[in-house]
Order: sequence, then C-alpha cells, then structure tokens
Amino acid sequence: MAGINFKLIKNPLSKENPITVQVLGICSALAVTAKLQPAFVMALSVIVVVVFSNLIISLIRNTIPPRIRIIVQLVIVSLLVILVDQILKAFVYDVSKQLSVFVGLIITNCIVMGRLEAFAMNNKPFDSLLDGIGNGIGYAVILVTLGIIRELFGSGTLWGYNVIPQSFYDMGYQDNSLMIMPPMALILVGIIIWIQRARNKDLCEK
Amino acid sequence: MKLLRNILDNLKPDFEKGGKFPWLHSTFDAFETFAFVPKTTTKNGAHFRDALDMKRTMTMVIVALIPALLFGTYNIGYQHFLSLDPKIGFFDEIWNNLWYGILKVLPIIIVSYVVGLSIEFGFAQWRGHEVNEGFLVTGMLIPLVMPPDVPLWQVAMATAFSVVIGKEVFGGTGMNFLNPALLARAFLFFAFPSSMSGDNVWIAEKADAFSGATPLAEMMAGASIPTHSFMEMLLGVMPGSIGETSAIAILLGAILLLFTGIGSWRIMLSVFVGGAVMGLTFNLFGSNPYTQIPFYYHYVMGGFMFGAVFMATDPVTASQTNRGKWIYGFLIGVMAVLIRVVNPAYPEGMMLSILLLNVFAPLIDYYVVDSNIKKRIKRWKMKGGENV
Repeated sequence: MAGINFKLIKNPLSKENPITVQVLGICSALAVTAKLQPAFVMALSVIVVVVFSNLIISLIRNTIPPRIRIIVQLVIVSLLVILVDQILKAFVYDVSKQLSVFVGLIITNCIVMGRLEAFAMNNKPFDSLLDGIGNGIGYAVILVTLGIIRELFGSGTLWGYNVIPQSFYDMGYQDNSLMIMPPMALILVGIIIWIQRARNKDLCEK
Repeated sequence: MKLLRNILDNLKPDFEKGGKFPWLHSTFDAFETFAFVPKTTTKNGAHFRDALDMKRTMTMVIVALIPALLFGTYNIGYQHFLSLDPKIGFFDEIWNNLWYGILKVLPIIIVSYVVGLSIEFGFAQWRGHEVNEGFLVTGMLIPLVMPPDVPLWQVAMATAFSVVIGKEVFGGTGMNFLNPALLARAFLFFAFPSSMSGDNVWIAEKADAFSGATPLAEMMAGASIPTHSFMEMLLGVMPGSIGETSAIAILLGAILLLFTGIGSWRIMLSVFVGGAVMGLTFNLFGSNPYTQIPFYYHYVMGGFMFGAVFMATDPVTASQTNRGKWIYGFLIGVMAVLIRVVNPAYPEGMMLSILLLNVFAPLIDYYVVDSNIKKRIKRWKMKGGENV
C-alpha cells in the first residue's frame, strides 16, 4: 500500500467532475438546488451513499458473479438510500419533504452506479473509499454553488435567512423568479462548464 | 463624406498590427464598415453577390421599424394623459404626448444599445473577430417589445442575458437559434413577472383608478369583446408594449421589408393564415366568449402583427427552405392563437409560439430537404436510373 492516493480525491473536483465534465446527475442538480438547504442535504446524502456503496462493493467485488453484478450493486445502493431517507425523515423532516422523491432517486443516480461500475469493481477498498469521497465532494461543490446562486438571486435569502436588505427592495430591486425555475439551473450549469473549460483548455473537445 | 473618409484613413494605421492600439482593431473596423461599404471581396469559392451587405440590410430593418417606434412613442404619452383625464382627445396634446413618450422610450433604447453593443464589442475584441452587425436591429427590437414602465436595470439584465446566452455562446450573429429580442422579453417575462404582465405596466405612470388592461387581458378575464373598438386596435390607440400596438404602423414597415425583399412574404402570409385557421376553428368548436371573437381581432390585439412582421421573419432563426417557411409561419400563427385562447397563464401567445417554432425550424428544414431528396431519387428510378 503506497499511502493515500490524493489524485483520487483531487481529480473529481476539477478535471473529472461528475457534473460539469462527465455530465452525470444533472437531473437532481436541477431539481433540488432552488434553495441552499435542500441542495446541501442532498449533496451530503449522495456523498454518504457513494462513499459507502463504493467501499462495500469493493470489499465483495471478487465474490460477485459478473452476470448479476448490477442487481447486487442496486441492492446495496438501495439499502444505503433507504437508511439515508429514514434518517432524513427522522431528523430533518421539512427538508426531506422538499427533497421528496429525489432522495429515493439517488438509487438511479448515474454518479453512484457509474463509480461502482467504473471504479469499485476493479479497485481495492481503500482506493474506492477515496474515489467515493472525491466524486461525492465534486458533486456537492456544484450543488452547493448552484444552491447559493439560485437562492440568493431567486429568493433574496441564504439558508432561509434574509440576506438582501430591505432598502434594496425599496429602491426597486426585485427577486429574479427565473432563478427558481429549473431552466435557469441548466443555464447556470452551462455557465460553470463554460468557465471551467475557458480555464482548462484540456477539457475542450477537438 | 470625404472628410469622414479622410479622418478614418488617417486613424487607420494606429489600429493595424504594429500600430498604437492593435487590440482595438475590431472596434475601429466596426465603425469604418458602418460608415462605408468595405471594398474587400471574398477571394475563393462561389458566392452570390448582392448590392446589400449585412450592415445595409440591418439599417433597412431599422428604417422599417421607425413608424412603429414613432407611433409607440406618441401613444405612450397619449395613454398616460388619457389615464389622468379620460376625456382627452388623441390630438389634443400633441407635443406633450410626444415629449412624454420620448422621455420614456429614449432611456430604454439607450440602455439596450449601450449594454448590448458593449458586450458585442467586448466579445468581438476578445475573439479577434469583426464586430457583428446583428445587434443594430436587436437593440431596437428589444425596447419595442417592452412595456413603457419597465425598470431600466431589468432591460440591461435582459439584454445582457439575451446577447450572452442567446447569441455569443453559440458563436455570435448568424449562429443563434432563438430570436435574441424575444429571448430578452421571455427572460423578463419569467424573471420579473410583476413588471412584464398584469394591468398596471402597460400605461406609463397611470392614474390608479384607470383600468390599464390590454385587450388581451380583458379577453382573458372573460369579456365578450374588447372595450377598444376594432378600429382603435388597428390604429393602435390602446395600452401595450411600446412598438406593438399599431397594426397600421407595423404594416408600413412590412411594406418596406417586402418591397426590399428583406422580410420573407411566405412567412408573414403563412403566420396570418395560421392565425386565421386557428381562430376559425375556435369559432366553430369553442364554448367560451374568447373563442367566439372574429379571427381578425387576433391580428390587431397584442403583439401578433409585430411578431409576424419583425420577429418571425428573422432570417437567422426562421426556416431556410421555402416549403419550410410555409410550415414554420403557419404553425406560429396556430400556436399563437392557441396559447392566447386556451392557456390560462399567459395572455400573449406570440412570443412563446415564435420561440417554440425557432427551436423547431432546423427540424422542419431537415425534413423538407430530406423529402426533396427522396422525391428526386424516386423520379430518377422511374426514369430507369441505377440504384443510388
């Protein structure tokens, strides 16, 4: 064992980012980021699921028959998702209601399945754990960024607290209700991709 | 003219490579070609040449917009004073009306041009391209589809959005698939609904007691016929966006566009046919009052006329093939009336229907070209040709 392989954590944050480069998990990124709090909780849930499913699958990777591996992966992911869902319902019921079906849909989140197939099936448990952390955080960074921008400009609040002072509204400022709609989230993701590719030319297709 | 030419020639070396301001080359080039038709010609490949280049075409569209702009400016003043004193006549306060209208419209035009052009120049400079001329028209269309009381910072935001997201990310003029002016309006419509819809935005600083509902809004609310007569709506003496109210003024512009061959008569005609077909269908099968109004009322209410003449005919975002233009225009007319009458959330359907068909235009073209190829293969085979 050659110590911690930092590349596994660092790469998914920028040049292999699951949302902006691999374009996975877009659905939930558009659906739950209208407010910061649900976006943060969703990001946390995905981190937990992807880290532990990576670890578990990697531990039992040599005993899974290749023909039924997808079913086995799904069972383990579902188990983790149900656990997360129950915990959310128990401790942050309001947020859980806002996230509604999207917590359950983590099961079909391409990032989770993609990492299991592409990484955990062929790599050692510790590396898989790091890969899970990296990809989870890569997803979380984008979700939280979207959540901050959309809630700040769409509702004038952050985490439910008023941020934009009343004097702004008195001067004629209005909240941008397009920010709360999913199309604007897609445009924002596009702008993030644009900025990222302008800074890192390696990512541009020929 | 000679003087201007000399000044430009004197300045030119400074902006060439090796001069004092090489990084401002695009900006200089934009002003020079705006004033004088460039002498350079394309060297290779076959090209159809025309006496009109892009900048001259765009100028012609601006000229076509002038009647609508002038009437709109006057009407803003008139509607404002009418709301204060309902007995006032259309010609009673000519200079007051005009002056008030100019005070309202000019800032919007200036903001739209300054914001849009600075972004265009910035992008052109950054990429080392020539400055594209498309914004000359867009910058005039944007104010004309705004309500008179729209806050200026919102105009600036919408213009920036439509130029950057609608045009520049796809590669600038000629590459956009959505009409930038309508995109700006759609942005405001969804982002700041309170300044783009309702009964209070269509008359500038109206008195509270006066109803500012547009004919579309009245129909939406269940009226059997708009309070404005057909003649008033045809002339444009009603509340509405700055340039959209007067069908007559818009038709003057349409005549110029058709006469110079810049606007496509196929698209204009088929939009009207589409609106008529849908209107008549509603007359036959409809149940509420809105479905029973004569189809030609749809032409003069709201932005139907403006959209058909100036928005749907945008050569970049419309269909390119002739048969495609018929389908494209027809569907715009149908969708516009359909959205107006059936959808409870949006009083005006023209904006959304044009944007929708903008998205479908390439698909329509694809199938028109495809069916033409199939037809010719069939004919070839009937003549005993080989399999292709």
